Amino acid sequence: MPKVTVDGVELEVPQGATVLQACELAGKEIPRFCYHERLSIAGNCRMCLVEVAPGPPKPQASCALPASEGQVIKTDSPMVKKAREGVMEFLLINHPLDCPICDQGGECDLQDQSVAYGRGTSRFHEHKRAVTEKYMGPLIKTTMTRCIQCTRCVRFSEEIAGVDEIGALYRGENMQITTYLEKAAKHELSANVIDLCPVGALTSGPYAFEARPWELKKTLSIDVSDAIGANIRLDSRGREVLRILPRVNDDVNEEWLSDKGRFQVDGLTKRRLDRPYVRRDGKLVPASWDEAFAAVASVNPGKSVAVIAGDMVDCETMFAARALAGALGSSLLEGRQTGLAYDCSNLAAVNFNSTLSGIETADAILIVGSHVRWEAPLLNARLRKAAKNGAKVFVVGPEWDATYPVSNLGNDLAVLNKLPKDADEAFKAAQRPALIIGGAGLGKGGLEPSLALAEKYNLVRDGWNGFNALHMAASRMGGLMLGYAQPGGIADLVAAKPKLVLSLGADEVDYTRFAGSTVVYIGHHGDKGAHAADVILPGAAFSEKPGTYVNTEGRVQLADKAVFAPGDAREDWTILRALADALGVSVGFDSFDQLRAAMAKAVPALGREGLADYGALPKGGKAKAEGVIEGYPVKDFYLTNPIARASETMQRCSAELLHGETFAEAAE
Amino acid sequence: MSLADKDRIFTNLYGYQPWNLKAAQARGDWDNTKALLALGQDKIIEEIKASGLRGRGGAGFPTGMKWSFMPKESKDGRPSFLVINADESEPGSCKDREIIRHDPHKLIEGALVAGFAMRARAAYIYIRGEYIREAETLMAAVQEAYDAGLLGKNAAKSGYDFDVFVHRGAGAYICGEETAMIESIEGKKGQPRLKPPFPAGAGLYGCPTTVNNVESIAVAPTILRRGAAWFSNFGRDNNKGTKLFQISGHVNKPCVVEEAMSIPFSELIEKHCGGIRGGRDNLLAVIPGGSSVPLVPAAEIWDAPMDFDGLRAVGSGLGTAAVIVMDKSTDIVRAISRLSYFYKHESCGQCTPCREGTGWMWRVMERLRTGDADLAEIDMLWDVTKQVEGHTICALGDAAAWPIQGLIRHFRPELEKRIAENVREAAE
Repeated sequence: MPKVTVDGVELEVPQGATVLQACELAGKEIPRFCYHERLSIAGNCRMCLVEVAPGPPKPQASCALPASEGQVIKTDSPMVKKAREGVMEFLLINHPLDCPICDQGGECDLQDQSVAYGRGTSRFHEHKRAVTEKYMGPLIKTTMTRCIQCTRCVRFSEEIAGVDEIGALYRGENMQITTYLEKAAKHELSANVIDLCPVGALTSGPYAFEARPWELKKTLSIDVSDAIGANIRLDSRGREVLRILPRVNDDVNEEWLSDKGRFQVDGLTKRRLDRPYVRRDGKLVPASWDEAFAAVASVNPGKSVAVIAGDMVDCETMFAARALAGALGSSLLEGRQTGLAYDCSNLAAVNFNSTLSGIETADAILIVGSHVRWEAPLLNARLRKAAKNGAKVFVVGPEWDATYPVSNLGNDLAVLNKLPKDADEAFKAAQRPALIIGGAGLGKGGLEPSLALAEKYNLVRDGWNGFNALHMAASRMGGLMLGYAQPGGIADLVAAKPKLVLSLGADEVDYTRFAGSTVVYIGHHGDKGAHAADVILPGAAFSEKPGTYVNTEGRVQLADKAVFAPGDAREDWTILRALADALGVSVGFDSFDQLRAAMAKAVPALGREGLADYGALPKGGKAKAEGVIEGYPVKDFYLTNPIARASETMQRCSAELLHGETFAEAAE
Repeated sequence: MSLADKDRIFTNLYGYQPWNLKAAQARGDWDNTKALLALGQDKIIEEIKASGLRGRGGAGFPTGMKWSFMPKESKDGRPSFLVINADESEPGSCKDREIIRHDPHKLIEGALVAGFAMRARAAYIYIRGEYIREAETLMAAVQEAYDAGLLGKNAAKSGYDFDVFVHRGAGAYICGEETAMIESIEGKKGQPRLKPPFPAGAGLYGCPTTVNNVESIAVAPTILRRGAAWFSNFGRDNNKGTKLFQISGHVNKPCVVEEAMSIPFSELIEKHCGGIRGGRDNLLAVIPGGSSVPLVPAAEIWDAPMDFDGLRAVGSGLGTAAVIVMDKSTDIVRAISRLSYFYKHESCGQCTPCREGTGWMWRVMERLRTGDADLAEIDMLWDVTKQVEGHTICALGDAAAWPIQGLIRHFRPELEKRIAENVREAAE
């Protein structure tokens, strides 16, 4: 551990730290544009210059200089001040003075740092450079004249996303950042470059000119577009959430967010259910809450109740519905809408045990039936890191572009019974072997053979659990913990022919199988579930209610409420509580706090934030793997849930990025 | 005292004889190269160190010492590489071109000797894109050497396997910077890398690499043949050997000539170039080492010894010894402004001070050329050059700043005069 002196303060820094990190450890702020903790070091903005002795008698770029024993670093000397002023001046001479019309205003690194480190006046009397506009797709709005060529976006797309989408053309002051042939950036994490851009060159397209950052209320929440549970921040003004940004959580999403999680936000205000509906003469007609509750009560279901949980509901809603069904005498709960029926007797077998950050350290990975890039883009970024560190990755299932080298073992699950030679050798030699089974694998009965494989290759060893299930629904792990799983899956519910089906935002269910039942849909969007419903009780979307979510690795996380639900819509738990009164039963809670307490009592793990403990992995069965994986459950990355389907941005992404439609740009 | 014909290394500099292998062998190249290699790596490096050879590419780093930085054995199986910098793009420089088109075997033999000394697996010769005929000659010469068994497996029957690859550039000045050259060979955009790590630790394809100038490599076999003592016989202390000087501009006979280091400027001009056009009194200024070094006014350059230390003493540098002579007919501001345009055009755009500063400096220079400026802008320009110098990743920023600094240092009255005249014109 080298000892260095920063501005007269001596401190020890970790081996391999840079001078910039040493300065930060000493509590000194070092201005920077190109440097980013999660990207490679470029050292090109020259803003982080400091004075270092011993060394040449000129300022050094601290981001790229290794800290070494005995260095004396000065961050506040006249030389450093002058160097920073100089670099700042150079950055500003060709930067347009359009802060008043720039969306980055108020959260712009260049703005902030020029105030803190700049000279205050300009000596540049020439014409400023202008750069022609670049098209980067429907999500990223470009104003390339503002670009300061820090190349963060280039490094992100190369290193994190793993696609060569963004690069630099030309040289010198004509250097321009662009996508290849000005095609749209297509990667599922592409919009993270908006956050990375230190200036207003890359800004959010759909959010353009919507708001200024200081007008926004910031609410901490959890992304529900997939089962990763990315930590997000909802920026809202009045009754509307205007944008979604990722929060830093190294255990979950680092600081990235998938494009869907970020841009489905406009779907929150479209196609909303804002009043109750009741089906009369085959048509859904608006009704009052009293009429709607009366319509449900008139079914008089007795014990004949089933509950189907949708993909985005929180644990509180599911617990309230469970309490209601329990009070009526039913335990017919199911969340796996599309008919999956894997064994849930031991949740360790359907959990992502390696954890999202742990999977980075795996050195051999077998993916069974999962299109990870679409089902969990953030996990794919982690797998890419593992592959870059030398992990060998094998895939069973149809091919998809992983952005890192994989060997495909074919579509036939039978390969799990006896792995081919190279995979077998890789797994035998691996220190941290891992298996990831996804929706397509679970659907073909791949769980039991996978567990057998885990036993065979000793996937669980000291300090390492390499057995992982990758879910796609934000509600899945929470639902499984709350008992939303029947041995035969949703078929058990169909077979029971329930009089009343409570659908908690379940939009992927084939409701024709419940033809004889009265379907009560408690949800927020007029999507497939609402179309099939007999009674619609308008609920709240994830942004409109506090809630507990459990991600695919069993991490219990809490989300806050950002805005109120529109119109007559209510938070889901209050609807269920009122429904209990209408049906004449008691659910045992009258407030949200009581509900949470009851839930924590029933399932203690849901009362504690952090990873839930599901115990040891079960033994593998004797069942042989068979069946061919024809395709993956996600057919369209941008349209997997009712919010995304209602979102114009996501519809356009789907049309343009996946189906090749072109959108004529209006001539300016 | 000037260099005798018998002491010239480049005996076919003017192409009076063919470049091919047979003619080269007649001139003494490839003469028992096996014996040179038999000296052993350490002895070769010792000899080069003793000869006092300093890098001929401009920076003047001792060549033997550079070679000695290469790992003696590969601990992790990575091979070592020699990269030969033939991307001669410095305005004024034209010595590597003469070597390659008239005496390529000197370079190729040098590549083998130097590559062997630094335990390199192969040499990459990165030749400037515009050198089309030269590249053809070089490639043909390399092929000749392969055909004669002088390269490849058991090169020159020494038992050492060595390959030489010729890589053509695409016309970017910055690719003459050693790490940008490595990037370019790897197929990437030619932008300098951050140092550390230095190429000797992680260079081409992440392997230990030494980048040397063509001339440094081409003189190595002759130094070994004739001995370090012979080579260090020429020039002053710390500035040993012979050197190719390239004199262009306002002399009566511009030429490339091999001379002993430390030859006084006056002797170089009078003896080889037929004097300054219009006589000594007509000399205005000299850029003694290629476009990136500051100019030196006539009075200071005349008796200066042409070597690294001698020119540093007059506030300039030897660079590549590309001597650009300007007589009093020269619009000196325009000349330097043109150089500024060159650096603006050739800046790679990677780091801020150079990307933004070169354009700014050029634009101010253009206005100073016509006098369309404010007196205070001269000091501002000086300040801007100081803001660029020493703040960039590579030395291009410095190279762009120095000519302007030289101009302001020595010709400030000229700049002030133009501004004053312009103001007067505007008033009338």
